[in-house]
Amino acid sequence: MSARTAEEPRKSQILVALEDQDTTVSLDPLENEMVLNMGPQHPATHGVLRLLVRLDGETVTGCVPELGYLHRGYEKIAENCTYHEFIPHTDRLDYLSPLSNNVAYALAVEKLAGIEVPKRAQYVRVLCCEMARIASHLVAVGTMGMDVGALTALLWMFREREKLVDIFDVLCGARFTTSYTRIGGLMQDWTSQCTEMLKQFLTEFNDDLAEVEKLLYTNKIFIDRCENVGCISRDDAIALGMTGPILRAAGVPRDLRRDCPYLVYPDLDFEVITFTESDVLARFYVRMEEMKQSAVILRQAVEKLPEGPINVNDTKRVLPKKERTYTRMEELIHDFMLINLGIDPPVGEIYQGIESSRGEFGFYIVSDGTGQPWRMKIRSPSMINLSALPTMVKGGMVSDIVAIIGSIDPVMGEADK
Amino acid sequence: MNQLILEKLKVRFPKSIEGSDEFRGDLSVRFRSEDIVKVCQFLRDDSDLNFDLIVDICGVDMYRPEGRFEVVYHLYSIRNKKYIRLKVSLNEEKPVVDSVTSVWSGANWHERETFDMYGIEFRGHPDLRRMYMPEDYEHYPLRKDFPLMGIPDSIPLPRK
Repeated sequence: MSARTAEEPRKSQILVALEDQDTTVSLDPLENEMVLNMGPQHPATHGVLRLLVRLDGETVTGCVPELGYLHRGYEKIAENCTYHEFIPHTDRLDYLSPLSNNVAYALAVEKLAGIEVPKRAQYVRVLCCEMARIASHLVAVGTMGMDVGALTALLWMFREREKLVDIFDVLCGARFTTSYTRIGGLMQDWTSQCTEMLKQFLTEFNDDLAEVEKLLYTNKIFIDRCENVGCISRDDAIALGMTGPILRAAGVPRDLRRDCPYLVYPDLDFEVITFTESDVLARFYVRMEEMKQSAVILRQAVEKLPEGPINVNDTKRVLPKKERTYTRMEELIHDFMLINLGIDPPVGEIYQGIESSRGEFGFYIVSDGTGQPWRMKIRSPSMINLSALPTMVKGGMVSDIVAIIGSIDPVMGEADK
Repeated sequence: MNQLILEKLKVRFPKSIEGSDEFRGDLSVRFRSEDIVKVCQFLRDDSDLNFDLIVDICGVDMYRPEGRFEVVYHLYSIRNKKYIRLKVSLNEEKPVVDSVTSVWSGANWHERETFDMYGIEFRGHPDLRRMYMPEDYEHYPLRKDFPLMGIPDSIPLPRK
């Protein structure tokens, strides 16, 4: 870079060069670092993520993510409503996999209150988690493809996701805002129609996924855009607290479903997918393979699904059935008391995390013995995974940022809480 | 395993431990706030314990005269598949604690969020800015004395 005193002759030199349309001029007219503002309303940032990027030419020299554009204060809201009342809010955290958020929240409150749900409910919850994982990974993989220019994959993935969303619709009457779990059980039972739909989905799923693989795995443009982009070393990934597909793509086989088992995961056989390349492509592969593993789990769980009750028989802590609430006095009283005053868990504090589609999604609840939590901290994987973005994009190109955000797959509803 | 961890900590930091309890299988240990960095360093580097992953850092407003604020650390050991919870208490007048970003760089955003929500300052943090709220916001929303509906006019609307 030339000194400031030489500015005048430089300027004229540049002007002459521009007039002559001489592209061989050695002095760059934009010979300074540029700060680029990406977002918060940018289609490639997957929501309201704002990035401040410092550029040297087209190389990224620094990046600062700014969060908070979707901050709704859910932790404050949680302190001011009863444990049951917070269930619908969990849908709005990670809005691509609401069912697994419902399960995570229910598990956390049950651990606090010391409730163990019946086997059937546990199996249905596993089904929910895995369907949510597939639904979420489909969007992640599809949008990542779209970010690097492969639009077809997105459309095919959404076609698959639509089938799952239809199952959610039959299961709990809503496609996205599911609010399916209850403390001590589920809102309603898994039906034979759901089984039929799920089996139908599973028979087609692997072939449909193979189509996408055929389209992308040998696509030179796609591979070139993703390979060796956004690398992060294994040690950095651990030090930065990464979880989920990003950590597994860096070669760390950490999966809470296997390491700290919850629900009935110990009874089910599945593999923990790891890759060692730790680039955008490896994260893509991890998600693709995890979807297949989820399908394996779904097949086993739907076969093993036992008969029996779905709710714990504990009238003081578990909501009664809706039809009984409307017709019986005792149940009406219980419903009123549980919704308005809460379940009164013991004084104490717990942390419960689950392996959601993005990583470790957990709740830390401090209870003071009343119906409302004294403090509820939501451990959101998207936020922490985003904190590695500056490390990943440094030294890359501007266009790589888009691919890297796609590979982190943040959901801002969860990152901003 | 919980007993083993606790024994090790008691041997290594006999004066720092202020208490410990176990609830539903979760071990939580309370430390003096001055020693938290040393404790974290030990927990990460000890070859048996090896708590290498920082899961979460958050604040809690206990709303009591002594030690109003608590900072809660959740650590995880990838090798041992084990969680531990560390807690420190801070006073209302001067809620300051040493930053653990030197131990885990991932603590950065957790501590920023805690600062944003509770006004707890982390000494030695490389970039202690607000996480979610605007930079010039004066209040700390998750403190118990902050009203649920917010404070009117505390966030100016953008001019037309």
